[in-house]
Amino acid sequence: MKIITGNDLRTGDVIWWTGEGWSRHVNDAVEAGDHADAIIARENAKQIVTDTHVVDAEQTADGVRPAHIKERVRALGPTVRLDLSLKPADPDAGNWVI
Amino acid sequence: MVEQNLRFRSDEPVGDPAVTVDAFADQSNATAVRIEPGDDARALLPHLDRLALVEVNFPTYGDGRGYSAARILREHGYAGELRAVGDVLIDQLSHMRRCGFDSFAPDQPISAEAADKALATWPEVYQKTVDGRPAIWAKRHSA
Amino acid sequence: MYQYDSYDQAMVDARVAEFRDQVERRLAGDITEDQFKPLRLKNGLYLQLHAYMLRVAVPYGTLNSTQMRMLGDIADKYDRGYGHFTTRQNIQYNWIKLSDAPDILADLASVEMHAIQTSGNCIRNTTSDQFAGAAADELVDPRPYAELLRQWSTFHPEFDYLPRKFKIAMIGSETDRAAMKLHDIGIQLVRNDAGEIGCKFYVGGGMGRTPMIAPVIGDFVPPLQMISYLEACLRVYNRYGRRDNKYKARIKILVHEIGADEYRRQVEEEFAHILTLNLEPPPAELERIKGFFEQPGFEAGLSDDLDLSDPDFALWVDQNTHAHKQAGYTIVTISLKPAGGIPGDATADQIRLMADLAKEHSFDELRVTHAQNIVLPHVKKADLYALWQKLDEAGLATANLDLISDIIACPGLDYCALANARSIPVAQKISARFADLGRQRELGELKLKISGCINACGHHHAGHIGILGVDRKGVENYQLLLGGSEGADTSLASITGPGFSEDGIVDAVEKATDVYLAQRADGERFVDTFRRIGMAPFKEAIYAKEPVNG
Repeated sequence: MKIITGNDLRTGDVIWWTGEGWSRHVNDAVEAGDHADAIIARENAKQIVTDTHVVDAEQTADGVRPAHIKERVRALGPTVRLDLSLKPADPDAGNWVI
Repeated sequence: MVEQNLRFRSDEPVGDPAVTVDAFADQSNATAVRIEPGDDARALLPHLDRLALVEVNFPTYGDGRGYSAARILREHGYAGELRAVGDVLIDQLSHMRRCGFDSFAPDQPISAEAADKALATWPEVYQKTVDGRPAIWAKRHSA
Repeated sequence: MYQYDSYDQAMVDARVAEFRDQVERRLAGDITEDQFKPLRLKNGLYLQLHAYMLRVAVPYGTLNSTQMRMLGDIADKYDRGYGHFTTRQNIQYNWIKLSDAPDILADLASVEMHAIQTSGNCIRNTTSDQFAGAAADELVDPRPYAELLRQWSTFHPEFDYLPRKFKIAMIGSETDRAAMKLHDIGIQLVRNDAGEIGCKFYVGGGMGRTPMIAPVIGDFVPPLQMISYLEACLRVYNRYGRRDNKYKARIKILVHEIGADEYRRQVEEEFAHILTLNLEPPPAELERIKGFFEQPGFEAGLSDDLDLSDPDFALWVDQNTHAHKQAGYTIVTISLKPAGGIPGDATADQIRLMADLAKEHSFDELRVTHAQNIVLPHVKKADLYALWQKLDEAGLATANLDLISDIIACPGLDYCALANARSIPVAQKISARFADLGRQRELGELKLKISGCINACGHHHAGHIGILGVDRKGVENYQLLLGGSEGADTSLASITGPGFSEDGIVDAVEKATDVYLAQRADGERFVDTFRRIGMAPFKEAIYAKEPVNG
């Protein structure tokens, strides 16, 4: 699947396109289909999101998994500081990245 | 000729079309020339007295060769109009003035008001260049 | 230390106001990201993997306790309670909000600090010897010259859009502790036979994807012509450096392509012209700046004796202190490399503690090292045990300076948008594998440096052991390099062969150290043995097939 990601312009937070808006959780990301360019153009014009781009991902039993390790690090947080990641309670969260 | 947008000179603008540096060498009557990023501004030094307008093109704002070209011309005594052309952005105006540019023809027009604000950004300067502003070190040690 | 006057303060204040205006224009949608990006980069604000990252300049690596305390406070107030000291003697914060950035710059300006030119294709923060003004082997204190250079390079109108970033290092000792020859320009202050000071200019070094050692371009430039010579070096580069390919745009490529002799000829020609323009600050300005770097009020006649009866203290003294030029004083390096820790990271509390200790024990001075540690440059030996105890309590007394666990590592793929592989977990695993201090000391000086991509922020080319993280079909892979060094014996490391997994690279490092232990001659460091016996024995051990039991 193709999903859309970017960063919140004001906070810098990593965000994913949910079909209606933006979420910090990659599992909320939806297939962008053939409209990715149009969605990106429209959202960029609102000047609330930056560095928008389309990434490859797959829908797995555990949720949405970006194809590239860099995007998985973005989706989780630093593997060396899981306390600051989106899964601070899961000591094995880093394994999802690799 | 490129329509100038901002001008910090009181003399009459030159109406001649600017020719390329290569063409300029062969045209003894040309008074306006246009420097592209790869051109060597020093090729113009023998002809400064017959030049009234030098345009320096910035195809992209990030190509900074034009800053050196401008400064070299001023350092060698060129007193005519020195115009920055192309991808000239408001946040570059101050540095361009310091390197000797005294007119600007940006692709995206800049209002006089915005330009004045940008040019007032730096109350002081650390370097002596060609704009006549005294460097901070000169002010510190003026008798 | 240098103190701002009203002119210096006006410049950083103007910068804060300018950036506040730029951020407002961006947040209001008046300028696009394409227009804004170069502006925020000029203020050290990157967009990294998780958030904005702010890189704060620490000019020539020097801080007072007020500034250090502010760095800790910023970590708490605007970030997540920690900061990362970098290989360019700066500090980075990883979790910055764009809307906070102008306030952070204002807080920094209130203690005479800034983030000016910590990114972008301009002259970056000048780095220097972390022992400047303290080292026993110092010829000339480089800090006044580095401050002169800081002012000259700040908002230089001609050199703000160079072909690529530009890094200058400046030293004044025989020993090069700043990796000077691996910079765009390295300036070494030297004395001639008549005792006069001169600047020896090394131009065109660097790491990155094409590492090069800088050749000498200017042998002995008078200090009062240093700025003019720099103008000439930069102008030649600005005009002729390549702009068609960002990977060939650094000055090292220009110097390499036209040759050092031709580059020198062009610089000399430009230099002769620039000398006619009187661009150089007057001698009185250098004298004014030197006045801020008078040596602090050392007590005379102190003893160099130390009570080393506490064995842990004795180890730390042996490993982490250096000879001071003043009897009875020593230079302390605080390691930010605890076993299993993140190289260069310090918590807000640790940063404030180091500030307090500097105020109490080091004449209010601290330094950041390019190896991502912190230095207290002027500690009275009589205070050393008490200081060590306080450091130990805060987890800051790791006695591993220049040992295998004193690892330089870039942030890597855990934080950096450019990285191809993670660096920090590799550093953590290696420092855990070699956690035993006795084993580390047996291995002796061993500089291990890890980069998470070819840009080489982790200086892997200059590591006795270097590790380069790469992306191999979407999987992290680590290449091993051996034989690099910085300083007087600068050399570039060579790659051993095929890369390894994360665990495999730790094993490979261990095998390389085993070869060294088996082959070393008396007094040889790892890198000396490598230079003597060459790559082959290491390669053989590292890539040997495991014996099959049976």
